[in-house]
Amino acid sequence: MTPKWRLIVFFIGAAGIVCLFALVRAPVLRLNEFRNRYAQQINTRTFAERNVTDAVSAVNFDYRGFDTIGEEFILFVSVLGSLVLLRMAEERKDEILLDALDRKRDVGPSDATRLWILAMIAPKLVFGVYIVTHGQLTPGGGFQGGVILATAALILYLGEGFAVFRDVLSHTAIEVGEAAGAGAFVLIGMLAWFWRRPFLTNILPLGKSHELTSGGTMALISIATGLEVAAGFILLLYAFLQENLTIEGEE
Amino acid sequence: MTFLQIGVLVLVALGGTILVFTRDAGAQPIVLSLFGLILALMFMIFQAPDVALSQIVVGAVGLPLMVLLAIAKLRRDEQFLKREKDRERKAQS
Repeated sequence: MTPKWRLIVFFIGAAGIVCLFALVRAPVLRLNEFRNRYAQQINTRTFAERNVTDAVSAVNFDYRGFDTIGEEFILFVSVLGSLVLLRMAEERKDEILLDALDRKRDVGPSDATRLWILAMIAPKLVFGVYIVTHGQLTPGGGFQGGVILATAALILYLGEGFAVFRDVLSHTAIEVGEAAGAGAFVLIGMLAWFWRRPFLTNILPLGKSHELTSGGTMALISIATGLEVAAGFILLLYAFLQENLTIEGEE
Repeated sequence: MTFLQIGVLVLVALGGTILVFTRDAGAQPIVLSLFGLILALMFMIFQAPDVALSQIVVGAVGLPLMVLLAIAKLRRDEQFLKREKDRERKAQS
């Protein structure tokens, strides 16, 4: 495709977007008055029905919990797919070992960087756990908190290199964590069957509002999602850094 | 619409344009990350803090990281293939 044709295709698309914006002009320009009926229902009901203050988490983990199971398994399957694609061919291991020898000269991060990173890991973990466990109270939840937890592993690698990363985080444990997180979500959903209610019904006591234990199954689902997402992201990191593992493993 | 909202929309348009015109593969993930932060700011200003948080973790951390790691891996693969070819040439001569 020549640049000229690319521009023409772009302008056709841009014209379409401008037309769409012209059609919905009214709600876009008066955003603060825009009211969606479903949003209004959710806003008025969540606090009264579920004792939770974050309507978005109530939708994600309760009213539309079944959709979230689908999303969670999208992540699960994509991590699995990446691991399959990135696994290393056996015959290439020797070659990479050679490569490792010339990489020995690489300069690591400075002491100041390492100290700063080590100091940041604990606050990061606390923040991640906070976001995961307060999903039903404040913005956030299992997904966002899970990625924050995974970035703690990332900065551990940035500061200390792969050897420490591998020693601290056992691959097997992370795999088990990911599977347990994904499985726990479904098991919490099945819990409702003991009370002869439909899948994913919120059957646990709803607790007092504004407290950590409010929202019944919501908090548990949030924690399960957090575990799954954090472990999934760390597994992806592992897969990308795996080449180094064989290098250092054989030295 | 308030001035804040208009301002952030202009920023998003500018950021998107700059991102499209970034041609260097090494710089793209960094620009993408910055653009992710601008998008997060936009969600925040349009009163969607949950989405803003997701956008920060995915758009500013997750996606650029995966792109960066994929580029690093591709470069290593290229090096490997090049060395393989050199060795073949040496074996022939």
